[in-house]
Amino acid sequence: MTDDHRSGISLRVNGVTHRLTVDNRTTLLDALREDLGRTGPKKGCDHGQCGACTVLLDGRRVVSCLTLAVAAEGAEVTTIEGVEHPLQAAFVAHDGFQCGFCTSGQICSAVGMLAEHAAGWPSAVTADVSPDTPPPTLDAAEVRERLSGNLCRCGAYPAIVRAVIEVAG
Amino acid sequence: MKEFAYRRATDLRDALIAGSTGARYLGGGTNLVDLMKSGVEAPDRLVDVRWLPLAGIRETPDGGLLIGATTTNSDLAAHPGVRRRYPALSQAVLAGASGQLRNMATVGGNLLQRTRCGYFADPSYACNKRLPGSGCPAIAGQHHNHAVLGWSPHCAATHPSDMAVALVAFDAIVRYETLDGGGEIPLEEFYPPVGDTPQRETALPPGALITAVVLPGSAVSPRSRYRKVRERASYAFATVSVAVGLDGDGGSARIALGGVASRPWRARTAESSLLAGPPTADGFRAAADAELSAARPLPGNGYKVTLARNLIVAVLEEVHA
Amino acid sequence: MNTANGAVGTARPRIEGKAKVTGAARYAADVPMPDLLAGSVVLSTVSRGRIRGVDVSAVRDMPGVVGVIDHTNAPRLNPKAGGFFGPDGQLRLLQDAVVPFAGWPVALVVAETPEQARAAADALPVTYDEEPHDTAFTADHPAGRPALTIFDEPVDVGDVEAGLAASAVVVQERYRTPEEHCSAMEPHSATVWWEGERLEAIDSNQGPFTIAATLAALFSLSLDRVRVRTEQVGGGFGSKGLCGPQLILAAMAALRFRRPVRVTLTRAQVFLATAMRPATDQLIRIGADADGRLRAIWHEPAFEISPLAEYIEGCTELTKTLYAAPAIRTNLTAVPLDILPPGSMRGPGAVPGSFALESAMDELAERLDLDPLELRLRNEPPVGPVSGLPFSSRNLVACLREGARRFGWDTRDRRPRLRRDGALLIGTGLAATSFSVGAFPSSASMTAEPDGTFTVAIGATDLGTGARTALTAIAADALAVGIDLIRLKISDSALGPAWPAGGSRGTTSWAWAIAEAAAKLREQDRRGTVTVDTGQSLGDLPSLERHAYSAVFAEVGVDPATGEVRVRRLLGMFAVGRVVNPLTARSQVVGGMIGGLSMALHEEGVRDPVSGRHVNADFAGYHIASHADVPDIEADFVPDYEPGIPLGIKGAGEIGNVGTAAAIANAVWHATGVRQRSLPIRLDRVLEA
Repeated sequence: MTDDHRSGISLRVNGVTHRLTVDNRTTLLDALREDLGRTGPKKGCDHGQCGACTVLLDGRRVVSCLTLAVAAEGAEVTTIEGVEHPLQAAFVAHDGFQCGFCTSGQICSAVGMLAEHAAGWPSAVTADVSPDTPPPTLDAAEVRERLSGNLCRCGAYPAIVRAVIEVAG
Repeated sequence: MKEFAYRRATDLRDALIAGSTGARYLGGGTNLVDLMKSGVEAPDRLVDVRWLPLAGIRETPDGGLLIGATTTNSDLAAHPGVRRRYPALSQAVLAGASGQLRNMATVGGNLLQRTRCGYFADPSYACNKRLPGSGCPAIAGQHHNHAVLGWSPHCAATHPSDMAVALVAFDAIVRYETLDGGGEIPLEEFYPPVGDTPQRETALPPGALITAVVLPGSAVSPRSRYRKVRERASYAFATVSVAVGLDGDGGSARIALGGVASRPWRARTAESSLLAGPPTADGFRAAADAELSAARPLPGNGYKVTLARNLIVAVLEEVHA
Repeated sequence: MNTANGAVGTARPRIEGKAKVTGAARYAADVPMPDLLAGSVVLSTVSRGRIRGVDVSAVRDMPGVVGVIDHTNAPRLNPKAGGFFGPDGQLRLLQDAVVPFAGWPVALVVAETPEQARAAADALPVTYDEEPHDTAFTADHPAGRPALTIFDEPVDVGDVEAGLAASAVVVQERYRTPEEHCSAMEPHSATVWWEGERLEAIDSNQGPFTIAATLAALFSLSLDRVRVRTEQVGGGFGSKGLCGPQLILAAMAALRFRRPVRVTLTRAQVFLATAMRPATDQLIRIGADADGRLRAIWHEPAFEISPLAEYIEGCTELTKTLYAAPAIRTNLTAVPLDILPPGSMRGPGAVPGSFALESAMDELAERLDLDPLELRLRNEPPVGPVSGLPFSSRNLVACLREGARRFGWDTRDRRPRLRRDGALLIGTGLAATSFSVGAFPSSASMTAEPDGTFTVAIGATDLGTGARTALTAIAADALAVGIDLIRLKISDSALGPAWPAGGSRGTTSWAWAIAEAAAKLREQDRRGTVTVDTGQSLGDLPSLERHAYSAVFAEVGVDPATGEVRVRRLLGMFAVGRVVNPLTARSQVVGGMIGGLSMALHEEGVRDPVSGRHVNADFAGYHIASHADVPDIEADFVPDYEPGIPLGIKGAGEIGNVGTAAAIANAVWHATGVRQRSLPIRLDRVLEA
């Protein structure tokens, strides 16, 4: 490996700044898991097709498996380990998981989604996307659509939706 | 994944110099990084253009919008001007991918994304798009979700973008820069016919970087609708999708189809047919039939012709209602 | 047994809940390991043939590469190693040049980092001498032969031909289900290292003891020299029941390089190289009198297998027990093809079998002009219709009646295509199900600790089933102490023999051992340590028809212009014995129903007809249900108790999947008037011009 293929980067993860040298091929997911010991984000597919690796990047939810670590240089990353949110207790109370492998991603995704909704973003099931109508209520259909980027094979979806709606109030 | 060099572009010229000497532009990475992992793409160098000052949407004097190339899909879909004046565009973007991917993907990258044909995505298969001259296994193989319009014996893959379907209905123009100067290409001409060069996917000059998409002021866009049919209720590529816009009195329509061709398919034959008569169910059916008379389905995807026809009629009825 | 303090039967969140919502829960690929090497698997890209060459020189000098293991240098494996079905050819990795199917592991590339290993694996040139392959499954394939008869053996009671001939109405139809993939969210991962003379492994699997036993047999090691652990498992659904390629290859590499090695399959490799449900094609004939009393059922399923490994997709289990027909004939045909060896996927046999049987019953009701619920009620058997044995506990009718009441079935007009909601056609359907229950031998030990707590050790595992939480409650009640005094140790082969999580028999088998251990410890005044094995008491269990039951009700909306089918309501009533933890048990059956919904509408492994290879080996191509596909689901339990089994429990892990696809398909018929006899119910199969 030549120096061209490696980069020194700085990542702020859950409030702590880390300086590390990465193979340019290393994804943010692998940097978090292998280099920084943050194994909460999971590698379910490594191709952006399941959402298990979801983290918040500068406050927005993204899939860390398709984010190159080097391209995230300087960003503020929040993994499930850095999340403190009422969603977590709601997931436990409603049994919003079984095996738990998708759970980190579901929760990080839901945290990001709640912020998106609070900002007035419409979704694919919003009847009228016009900014001149009131923003959509976060009902079950809206939650389902907005969380559809997070697959769950155990079938915890209904419990997850209940947990999210309860927290969204 | 093969090793590669990475650099953040410092400014547009810096990016173009890199691009003109073989570096690949990296935007959100949602498609390029994915394909690099699969070995479909193997660039030696990436130049990251995400941080260039190309994000943002602003109004243009003709009542249109100029959408910066690194605007994320999420910001595009949430933009009040887009939602008010081009609702089908907002709907199309929201119908694509997932919340996470829309937060990453850029407008420029969305236009350049590659097909989701399963043979293309797996380098152990032949593919004329990936390896010109190697053959197209889809035509004799699995083509359930392949093209029914405008394909060639060399490739029957579809273009996967939802956003581009709405953009092509609204006569969007792609603006680009090269070291030798910039240019504009109407989106309808941006994707060349497949012919015998399926590997040639856009009309961009070599090394060009998309800087913006220009949406002209449009009488048809405020009353518009995008509808997508797919095998799952969300988080799936289109089987068939349609964008429809109507002008104020409903006399003139713009229609584009997704999931049916190698490019977002502007349905001009249907549009002309609608001009010829009153907006009735029969008229809608005649228009849809006229457009799809050009369809040449493969043995395993004839249903798409029926589906596209039904969908054009259904969405026309919806926007007229 | 004293259950007065009532931990069993109380809804309680999972013990590991907090760990799972904070990212602290550790799965196989999460465990840090010093000096770790990464192994990346190379799979064959031809459906049949021989490896001509593996050009190791092309990658040997790539950055970080430590070595390549292929059939020319791999450790020799014991060919007798296997599992439930005997010696298993799919375990014998890298032993010769033969390529039996596309996706067969042909090499492991080992490097210092995962990126380096993957890059070299992708670059490794492997050439093949291709041979003609056959991956095209049909029921009448000339290679078809009777399936093994270890279970779901053929039966022939009464006179089926005469029964059909005398029937007023006969349904004779074929039902087809495609290849389906377990698709647990956690890809298979193993980390293996040597600790002195002992091979240590952390592996994602469904039963560390049985996996360790297989691994020891493969490498000809005594069992005490192999230890397999797994803390959290990210779902299994059948695909982690075998000693997986990740573990065998990691063990080979650890043996070879004498350093810890981690092998994690990519998602594509999980599709291509770990167990799938075989495609089935099932011919059913059912005949009935005009009043709906069955006279005969003849069920002939065919399914695909691989010549490498025996397997039985027991599609006729329900056919032999669900309804009172005087004549029943079943026989299973296995068709060997050059495919990934099929294996158990959640509800094996029963799931595709019930799609056929319960679709055919609905068709029978239609042709009799009888309410499909009433048809089931009229054919309730007094004893096992094939076995003649009494039922231990049969609460199907309770499930049907209570489900119908909650669903509002009594106001249903059974004629199809009468209801609309805007452009959508609306329909409802139901299915009845059963799933066999029982237990397998397990050992357990229990120790009264000086601090007043009790250590309960059992080689169980929790794939997300809630076993950890359930077994803690069971141990607490069995000892008549509070759950806070129980320290449960599971997920370690060193804890002794135990049945894996599978066959809906995990919790039952482990609970039995825990109950026996507790009884023994209480005999010695809750002092010291006891160890038990349930082999003896299991043998004393009277032979009866033992099943769990359920009734599933579905409402769908169908857009005839687009063919889109959406499930609007789904309700299941379950008789699964005593419910240990209503919160987690409900999650389990709801999850099963979602698996059934996903099977009904989405799931299908697709092969290229020329190469015979998969073309949708990822989550973008192989769809499993997403959030947006799944409505709120009502699931509840009718009072039920399994006599003879400690606590009266039955398994609940798989029955949720059973019946759901048929209920949805029947609802689609009710909406559209068109039968869907092939899964999945893709929109092109529903679309109307």
